[in-house]
Amino acid sequence: MGKTLFDKIWDQHVVEKIENGPSVLYIDKHFIHEVTSPQAFKGIEQRGLNLFRPKQTIATADHNVPTLNQHLPIKDELSKMQVDQLIDNCDKHGVELYGLGHPYQGIVHVIGPELGITQPGMTIVCGDSHTSTHGAFGAIAFGIGTSEVEMVFASQCVLQTKPKTMRINIEGELQPGVVSKDIILYIIAKISASGATGYFVEYAGSTIRSLSMEARMTICNMSIEMGARGGMIAPDEQTFAYMQGRAYAPKGTQWDNQLEVWKKLYSDNNAVFDKEINIDAWAIQPMITYGTNPGLGMAINANIPLSDTILDEGERKNLIKALQYMGLEEGKPLIGMPIQHVFIGSCTNSRIEDLRQVAALVKGKKKHDSVKVMIVPGSQQVAKQAHAEGLDHIFAEAGFQIRQAGCSACLGMNEDKIPAGTYCISTSNRNFEGRQGAGARTLLASPLTAAAAAITGVVTDIREMMNEKL
Amino acid sequence: MKALQKIQSRFVPLPMENIDTDQIIPARFLKATTRDGFGQNLFRDWRYEQDDTAKPKTDFVLNQAIYSGEILVAGKNFGCGSSREHAAWAILDYGFYAVVSSFFADIFKNNALNNGVLPVTVSDAFLQKIFQQASTATLSIDVDKQTITIDATGEQESFELNPYKKTCLLNGYDDIDFLLSRKDTIEKFEKELI
Ligand code: SF4
Repeated sequence: MGKTLFDKIWDQHVVEKIENGPSVLYIDKHFIHEVTSPQAFKGIEQRGLNLFRPKQTIATADHNVPTLNQHLPIKDELSKMQVDQLIDNCDKHGVELYGLGHPYQGIVHVIGPELGITQPGMTIVCGDSHTSTHGAFGAIAFGIGTSEVEMVFASQCVLQTKPKTMRINIEGELQPGVVSKDIILYIIAKISASGATGYFVEYAGSTIRSLSMEARMTICNMSIEMGARGGMIAPDEQTFAYMQGRAYAPKGTQWDNQLEVWKKLYSDNNAVFDKEINIDAWAIQPMITYGTNPGLGMAINANIPLSDTILDEGERKNLIKALQYMGLEEGKPLIGMPIQHVFIGSCTNSRIEDLRQVAALVKGKKKHDSVKVMIVPGSQQVAKQAHAEGLDHIFAEAGFQIRQAGCSACLGMNEDKIPAGTYCISTSNRNFEGRQGAGARTLLASPLTAAAAAITGVVTDIREMMNEKL
Repeated sequence: MKALQKIQSRFVPLPMENIDTDQIIPARFLKATTRDGFGQNLFRDWRYEQDDTAKPKTDFVLNQAIYSGEILVAGKNFGCGSSREHAAWAILDYGFYAVVSSFFADIFKNNALNNGVLPVTVSDAFLQKIFQQASTATLSIDVDKQTITIDATGEQESFELNPYKKTCLLNGYDDIDFLLSRKDTIEKFEKELI
């Protein structure tokens, strides 16, 4: 029997299988940030240990940093303490830090790939669930808790039980106006917020092959939103082209040698998955969520489902509770509903292609008077590139507020929050109660859909706007 | 980590599905750099009006005196969303040693076990039976036998627990102790990998 891509990488990294227990899995790269690492540093210090392999750990400050005036001292005292502690810890333990003010600083899942640290065939972990993003390069990448961060510090390994494998095949062409965010929102709505729990997902098929690396990252990023341990895509020419020349990518003959190894990273023809799902790309429409988990999503021109059409009692109660929080009515459409905020950013959609898409749509237009628009590049490098291409001018003219790199309103840990009771179309990945600030009401959508709403002030079908243009 | 062998206690029911870790501990409380004190912010936004600790929401279970105990019982897909281990710390710090549900999100399950909080997965039917119990009812959980019992009726279910994790829980060992004992093997592995 052939091997899946997942199995090939997994098997290569198992140091030891504990009888009747998990495996000791070797970790190639470990990303850390200020929020989930301090307790782990403290932990190893209490045990009198040093980092086992400090050179394989890379740090950045992203979750809890301000996105305005990053050159000034952080005002919030607790946030400052957390960021300062990261600086201290990295210094003491010899970890490379791309902190505030560094040209490489940014959201951990944006900078890893952009610097070429993320590579095919690797095992990658970080104390953050969206580590699944890195799987777009054909790596096994997953989020871990702080105790596990401590394990990697101490031994460069984690204890993991091997997950089941699932393949999601997406075939065919996409409709105009449909982008990779819509694909993943569609899949999650179809299989639910827990539909892939216990699985590691490989995305395959002609649609996936046709997507850029950044679009693939958006898809792998949200794997966790259906419960999956992680998501991955086999590397191909597109992957190699993206990687070549990046700061950490191998050079010269080393590159040639690596390429030979990477080209063998795919699921064999006769590999068997525990579960397979097939999706017709043409059936996907621009998507939007209406509830308080990412599985409660629908085509943008659809109506919110009626609760009495839902058979499962738990799910029905869930929907009713979600709609109550969201202030929405079952059976009604979202199209035309006024929104007050637009957030374009997060590790799902804050890369240069996302910004280019938004800029192409809003060029020469102005945002609607009643909407506040925040656009937050994923990294300093993205911001620099956007500036070089003049995108920042387009955004400024449209009345968008451009902020500095960080997680920002994705999790509302710093001052970038959405006020209670207001609606925000967000390109991030979570619409949980209070995620963007206590009482905030989040509608997840693609950067295109978010940009369209910024202009019109209401939930808008991007396809209508595209037709107008023609 | 403290050893955990048996729990007999009343329980706090939270019959909602898909409770995510942002609800268990909202992001704005993640600024601490130690593991202590998260219990006071457990379910913060469900517990207090406008985040004001002087105004508890009386309809929330943690604010109702009739409910108490070391066991939290919650609806399906508990602990989904963010991987923040702070969620497990908050639950432990509040005084829960076990969470019972019909389904747990992966990362939460690991995080809980790594902190000596036992996730007990029961069938949907058994979960509903627990929810139907009086607020004074008690549950017994036996880690070694891997059973959970509704004391009033004697109804019992067994639950899954990885044998390795079980040994850790029963003895209060943690994974780092184990990994440290494997350093030589890991170093040998590194040489072969390169
Ligand atoms: S952008 Fe949001 S989802 Fe991504 S790492 Fe930051 S907080 Fe997590």
